[in-house]
Amino acid sequence: MSRYILSRIAQALLVLWGAYSVTYFILYLLPGDSLSIMLSASGVEIDSLSAQDLAKAKLYYGLDRGIFEQYVDLLWGALHGDFGNSLTLNRPVSELLIERLPQTLSLAGLAIVLSLIGGTGLAYLTAYVRWQPLKVALSRLPSLGFSVPVFWMGLLFIQLFAFTLGWFPATGNQGFSSLILPAVTLAIPSAAVYAQVLQRGFHGVWKEPYIITAYAKGLTRAQVQARHAFKNAALPLLTLIGLQVGNTVSGAVLVETIFARSGVGRLAQEAVLRQDIPVVLAIVTVSAAAFVVVNLIVDLLYPALDPRIAHTPKVS
Amino acid sequence: MTIFDNRLARLTRLVDPSQNLPGKNAPAVQWQRRSSLSRAMEAARPLLRRPGFLLAVAMVAFALLAALAPNLLSSYAPYATSPADKLAAPNAAHWFGTDELGRDLYTRVVHGSSVSVQAALLAVGIAMLGGLSLGVISGFAGGRIDAVIMRLIDVLLALPGLLLALAIVTAIGFGTLPVAIAVGVGIIPGFARTTRAEVLRVKTLPYVEAARLGGASWTRTLLRHILPNAWGPVAVLATLDFGAAILATAGLSFLGFGAEPPAAEWGTLIANGRHFLITAPWVSLLPGLFVVGVVFSFNHIARTLEETQR
Repeated sequence: MSRYILSRIAQALLVLWGAYSVTYFILYLLPGDSLSIMLSASGVEIDSLSAQDLAKAKLYYGLDRGIFEQYVDLLWGALHGDFGNSLTLNRPVSELLIERLPQTLSLAGLAIVLSLIGGTGLAYLTAYVRWQPLKVALSRLPSLGFSVPVFWMGLLFIQLFAFTLGWFPATGNQGFSSLILPAVTLAIPSAAVYAQVLQRGFHGVWKEPYIITAYAKGLTRAQVQARHAFKNAALPLLTLIGLQVGNTVSGAVLVETIFARSGVGRLAQEAVLRQDIPVVLAIVTVSAAAFVVVNLIVDLLYPALDPRIAHTPKVS
Repeated sequence: MTIFDNRLARLTRLVDPSQNLPGKNAPAVQWQRRSSLSRAMEAARPLLRRPGFLLAVAMVAFALLAALAPNLLSSYAPYATSPADKLAAPNAAHWFGTDELGRDLYTRVVHGSSVSVQAALLAVGIAMLGGLSLGVISGFAGGRIDAVIMRLIDVLLALPGLLLALAIVTAIGFGTLPVAIAVGVGIIPGFARTTRAEVLRVKTLPYVEAARLGGASWTRTLLRHILPNAWGPVAVLATLDFGAAILATAGLSFLGFGAEPPAAEWGTLIANGRHFLITAPWVSLLPGLFVVGVVFSFNHIARTLEETQR
């Protein structure tokens, strides 16, 4: 068991290192001239510089060394929590991240909770309803849920709940009431995915023999669904929660831009717009780390929740 | 007494020679080879009975037609401004209303289709090319190559799709083409995984063995026997990802990394309307509704295909 945990942690670290390397490759090696991007991001025209100044600039950004050396240097810094300086804001990237992270974490956390509640609620209702037209309509709802662009949904909510009804503030990040609309917007696509998977789970579970046994014991339909069907149908959700972290982070970029919240997602949008390479690299790395860590936790939780999965080595 | 009646009928049929041997009087039905067209028609028949599916196909066909020949569907020019009726609400002349410069929004949505659909096509094309080849190599070669490719896929999966796309856009610049490439690269892992799983499943089936024993080379076996049979789930995924690619490209151009302002594109149309949300909500909501319709249609088609395949 402990061997499984160790190997799983090693694997997670390997994936994280891979993610960092792939992003580094994309950001530093793909553009023909990263120096000109960095200089224009800092507000300097590359043509106005003399050869001497160019050499100085190269030295300043650490571009004068070999590619491998630069990479090792950056990776070493990242391991110590130092992602270098932002090109446009002239501040350490880690400082920016620490300043912006709480906003995004609360948004993403609330969104995940809401999506779980919404998704399971919808699927539960679909499984319980017996009137066929309503059942079909409910089972098509998730498909609609992830067809809707996150940003469009956000605009619709602003128009509806902020401008027309005036229940919530349209933008900003003061207080809990400004958190509700963004979190609901962000929750919808994930909730749709959860609902769809859980609906399929229920569909499969109803045919299992233990459901017949439960009915034979004299339980009502509601009891069977709550005690026997739900527990078994909901297991795949756990894996899904881990996988949805990526979607939530992606959605946060859009949602924070629409609702003008100063979180990491907004920082990402601004950084890309100004081609601030160190900031982009740091944000991608941090979100990949979040994905890896959540999935690691899910994987380690699995055997505890489903004892049928045991990672003890097989006796040969 | 129904059982008796049946028996009686069968008995008379047995006794009566003219009914017993239909071949003597009526000409025998000749066996005909079914053409691939008739086979396709036969497969499509249960699908044609679903009104929802037909509606979805009609919606997708409309979007594709709009992408190919936008002038057929609208008589206005997409960039013609008319300040007199700016921000007009939807009416008979302007179905989706007009924007802040008096441009007809319906026309702009129709003309925007070509950019958005092309971008999505390019993205899915890249993803399919990359994903299919990675998946086939990985599933086919096995061993160390498989392990290396799968680790790479794991790494790509750990990067949130939009952020990976953002990183690529930072590196290669803004515009419709870079956005399409970025989105395409982001959906490669899904294709690679599905293809690999299918290739692994099909590889062990008896007819592959039979083909090999019949003397077919590995290339021929792969192209003629494995790929056609592994194709189904990949095609469903492609349909599904087409919708996802439309959403992703629209999202990136909404953030301001897509087409330049005068050009019409679904994401930029929605983004432009943001500033008039209080006074003229239709400017961003109606183009968005169109996008929802198209993406939902793609998802619905994919789901129906998936259900009928099983």
